[in-house]
Amino acid sequence: MDTFTAIVLATLGAGTPLVFAALGELITEKSGVLNLGVEGMMLVGAVCGFAVAADSGSIWLGVLTAVAAGAAMALVFAVLTLTFQANQVASGLALTIFGIGLSAFIGLGYTSVALDGMDPVRIPVLSDIPVVGPLLFGLDPLMYLSFALFGAVTWFLYRSKAGLLLRGIGEAPDSAHAIGYPVIRIRYLAVLFGGAMAGLGGAYLALVYTPLWVEEMTAGRGWIALALVVFSTWRPGRVMLGAYLFGGVTILQFHVQGLGIDLPSQLLSMLPYLATIFVLVLISRDINTIRLNAPASIGQAFHPSN
Amino acid sequence: MRFRRRPTRLRRRIRRRDYECLRGAYGKRCTLALAPPGRFAWLLSVMENGVGGMTNQNDPQVVGVAPRLELQDITKIYPAVVANDGVNLQVLPGEIHAVLGENGAGKSTLMKIIYGVTKADRGTVSWNGQEVEIANPAQARRLGIGMVFQHFSLFETLTVVQNIALAVEEPFDLDGLARRIVEVSERYGLPLDPRRLVHSLSVGERQRVEIVRCLLQDPKLLIMDEPTSVLTPQAVRKLFETLNRLSSEGCSILYISHKLEEIRELCHKATVMRGGKVTGEADPRQETASSLARMMIGRELPVCQHAPAPEGGEPRLVIAGLSRTSDDPFGTDLKDIRLTVHGGEIVGIAGISGNGQQELLAALSGEQPLDPHQTYEIHVNGESVGNLDPAARRSLGLGFVPEERLGRGAVPAMSLADNALLTAHRAGMVKLGLVAGAQVRAFADRCIETFDVRCGGHEAVAKSLSGGNLQKFIVGRELLQSPSVMIAAQPTWGVDVGAATTIRQALIDLRNRGVAVLVISEELEELFEICDRIAVIAEGRLSPTKVTAETNQEEIGLWMSGMFPGVEDEPLPDRQELIDAH
Repeated sequence: MDTFTAIVLATLGAGTPLVFAALGELITEKSGVLNLGVEGMMLVGAVCGFAVAADSGSIWLGVLTAVAAGAAMALVFAVLTLTFQANQVASGLALTIFGIGLSAFIGLGYTSVALDGMDPVRIPVLSDIPVVGPLLFGLDPLMYLSFALFGAVTWFLYRSKAGLLLRGIGEAPDSAHAIGYPVIRIRYLAVLFGGAMAGLGGAYLALVYTPLWVEEMTAGRGWIALALVVFSTWRPGRVMLGAYLFGGVTILQFHVQGLGIDLPSQLLSMLPYLATIFVLVLISRDINTIRLNAPASIGQAFHPSN
Repeated sequence: MRFRRRPTRLRRRIRRRDYECLRGAYGKRCTLALAPPGRFAWLLSVMENGVGGMTNQNDPQVVGVAPRLELQDITKIYPAVVANDGVNLQVLPGEIHAVLGENGAGKSTLMKIIYGVTKADRGTVSWNGQEVEIANPAQARRLGIGMVFQHFSLFETLTVVQNIALAVEEPFDLDGLARRIVEVSERYGLPLDPRRLVHSLSVGERQRVEIVRCLLQDPKLLIMDEPTSVLTPQAVRKLFETLNRLSSEGCSILYISHKLEEIRELCHKATVMRGGKVTGEADPRQETASSLARMMIGRELPVCQHAPAPEGGEPRLVIAGLSRTSDDPFGTDLKDIRLTVHGGEIVGIAGISGNGQQELLAALSGEQPLDPHQTYEIHVNGESVGNLDPAARRSLGLGFVPEERLGRGAVPAMSLADNALLTAHRAGMVKLGLVAGAQVRAFADRCIETFDVRCGGHEAVAKSLSGGNLQKFIVGRELLQSPSVMIAAQPTWGVDVGAATTIRQALIDLRNRGVAVLVISEELEELFEICDRIAVIAEGRLSPTKVTAETNQEEIGLWMSGMFPGVEDEPLPDRQELIDAH
């Protein structure tokens, strides 16, 4: 495998957890709910997925558990903010802190366990074509799932009536309520989807990207996912771009470190975060696009006043 | 009245031919009251008792004409207020039925109950004679009830067709729907481009979206909540044509308004509400505006005393060719605004909201000071104030009543005394950086007393006051500081008739004391009542001013759609001259 293919593969791998988490958060935010608990949901998803996969020996069972665990975390958040109208920012921060603690606790017995990880897809002949083969036909299954989910989310938001409704609710929940839609119920679904996707992102980290469990292994990726959503002005295409940009710079700085350039590694580790946000801010600073795509009611509690 | 659908005794009595002749003679909206005597004498006797008499369930003649909608004993109690108290209401097929009342009379709550947004605590709703429970708006729409909201229920970042698609229950097909929107909008004379984003539409166009959204579902009852408050007189005319046409096609219309003349012109019947109760029913065509007002507010409609303007005041507020690009992408750019307001006159600026009023107000109040090179474009009492902040402008004698009472005019969670301090702190209320509590309380009390603000004393928090009372307090607070230039935006918006008169009278008294008053309002009646001169703002441009007595609502209405002559390039007063004159 040549260096180029290796770098692209590594980039996709580093970006995929972000794709999952950010697409989920995108749907949540489009419904007008700001869930700052992505980091916590990713961690709990990661540790639950890892534990189940390690105990049962089935990676796929682990993935499913991670999805369920992420959704369960999101359910806690949804009950607090949607049913009891708690402040979304404070609840989201609390969810992250809770998730960090909970995942460390669950993961106590798993820190020295190693997993095999997930085998990439292999299609005879096709996967063997140089460059194109490994890139198109030799990825791991979850990566293909992330592409499919990207397509599904885009189609949902811009082509389906349900997506139209979701955007409408995020913009003007009162209008949606007035013409008879169950705003709270739909926001519940959006928050749960966001949690499930964050769990899936966590699973990708702990089961595929680096198949082991380390405390706080997400290292701020949940926060980057949040930033991606905002700085991409709530558009799935730019979320993908940002995620792979992050992945790319992550891999590049590894290579730079490997080349022995005399820069503190801590500085280099900051690069992906800085570069991603810098680029997205630059390409998305048009105030018109922001106004047209930002969910206007984000972060505000909705009271269906009788 | 509609007979085709109801093979009843009533229909059999009127032979088809006679009915056709009636329709021919009296137009599509065949009102039986107009039938020639003789053949329909029995009908006349029914009609003499008003339309209500026809629907009397005990009257054997009209058993078949079940009301389209009947409310009985509807009661809705909120924690602080009884919004509806035993309300009864009947709407006949094809009837345009007004529900008349002041703000807070319970009209909107009643409509929300009919549309299923809110549940009544008690009472029954019957639809075409059948008792129904309307649990949500979707169910109301399935029954055939459509509603055009006062505060539109639209999504600004979506297109017209997307907005409408969300409200119709049919397979998701935007192209097909767009074609039907064009078709329906043309049929009813409500032109609409289905591909446009709603935020780029004018308020009148947005209302069209709401109406067309209802019409697509072939409504049997259309509820219109204060539909004309945002329209030009010409647009009101077009709306009435549409409503009359719908009524002639058998659609009933519930028309909510507090505008008496409109109701007299349009509606067949009126139910008047006050304090959550029905206080009267009337045929508005038989009533006068003052008799309707008596039912609505329980006393005569108060009028302002308005003497002719004293001559020869000096220019106090000068806007000299103000242009400014809005920071907000959905905002309006101001284009070369020129206006002089003299001491002792009230100048009104009419216009539909969103045509630059907010931007103009922000520039005048100093909330968004102009760029340094534009300093000379606004003068107060001869001083150029373009780049000054609000506090500096206030100390030059500018008083300002913003449009939003809560949030701009007053801090909702602060007491009236503290709110008084916010703008009146110059009047000896702060000494050596410390607040003089006694002075503040005395000022607030004086304001409460002078302007008859009904509240729990100066310690009451601003948000606990009703809109009208809080507005009286805010206007009073500004007036007591003896400004020499007063700018008031929508001074009586959402204020009941009595309080509105108090506020208008206060502005007139201020002008009589030689103050220059600028009023920006969407209510044409109000401007014509109090202003000496009127200008119109449309798409960020300001029309020339007209002396109120030399114009009329038709002309101003036409100007509101942007059709006005250019402002003559009158030489702007020299800055030095302004200072000397002062």
